[in-house]
Amino acid sequence: MKNEIELQIRVPNQTRYLSLIGRIGENLAQELDRFDGDKNALAQHLNVVLTEAMTNAIKHANAADPDKDVFIRILVSDTELCIDVYDSGQGFDLNDLPSPVFDTDHLIEKGRGIFIIKSLMDTVVYRKCENGNVLEMKKLLR
Amino acid sequence: MNLKTETNAKVKVIFVREERLDAHNSDELKSEMNRLFEEGAKDLVIDLKEVRFIDSSGLGVLVSGFKNSSTRQGTLKLSGLQSQVKSMFELTRLHRVFDIFPTVDEALGNF
Repeated sequence: MKNEIELQIRVPNQTRYLSLIGRIGENLAQELDRFDGDKNALAQHLNVVLTEAMTNAIKHANAADPDKDVFIRILVSDTELCIDVYDSGQGFDLNDLPSPVFDTDHLIEKGRGIFIIKSLMDTVVYRKCENGNVLEMKKLLR
Repeated sequence: MNLKTETNAKVKVIFVREERLDAHNSDELKSEMNRLFEEGAKDLVIDLKEVRFIDSSGLGVLVSGFKNSSTRQGTLKLSGLQSQVKSMFELTRLHRVFDIFPTVDEALGNF
């Protein structure tokens, strides 16, 4: 029985759509019958990852231009879940972001988004593509 | 953003009455905290009982408030964290930074 899922979502480059995108991630997790882990945890993780990735695209890559779009493609196969978030802006360096410092004297206010994505997904790549950049995030469905 | 601010002795309590504290609305919480600091507040409790989801922007705003109150020799304490919210503090190790209480009353009792 075929059970691959592909979702393509295009929303304006505005934070008001974060909640919608996050909820789509949560609902998708509940549909994954083949995933035998904790579905509620996966649902929360997808909500977080989609929210963080889209925020990154809006604020850092698309320079908060409300007339641009964020394009999101989610692919689910038997073995893995791929989330690609496309922006059409200047992009950012995935490896040049501050790493959260965990002691009280050097608390940073920003820069936890990519750390959170890397913690919750198995692989994270940010690369140039036609008309912009794409943040590719994969999670193995073990 | 739906926020309610109360005063208990010298401590200001902000109730965040939203399901999500994220990049879309967290700046409004920051503005409210800054307004209280400018009025002379040092000690804050942020109640997150109704918050089901927090992202890095929401965490960042709370860190900003924590640093701001520390600068004024005060403290920012948190109360009412739901399990999903608590897991984000643990993931980012911020549970080691904040004093976190089950209820507002318990937070108020620890100043």
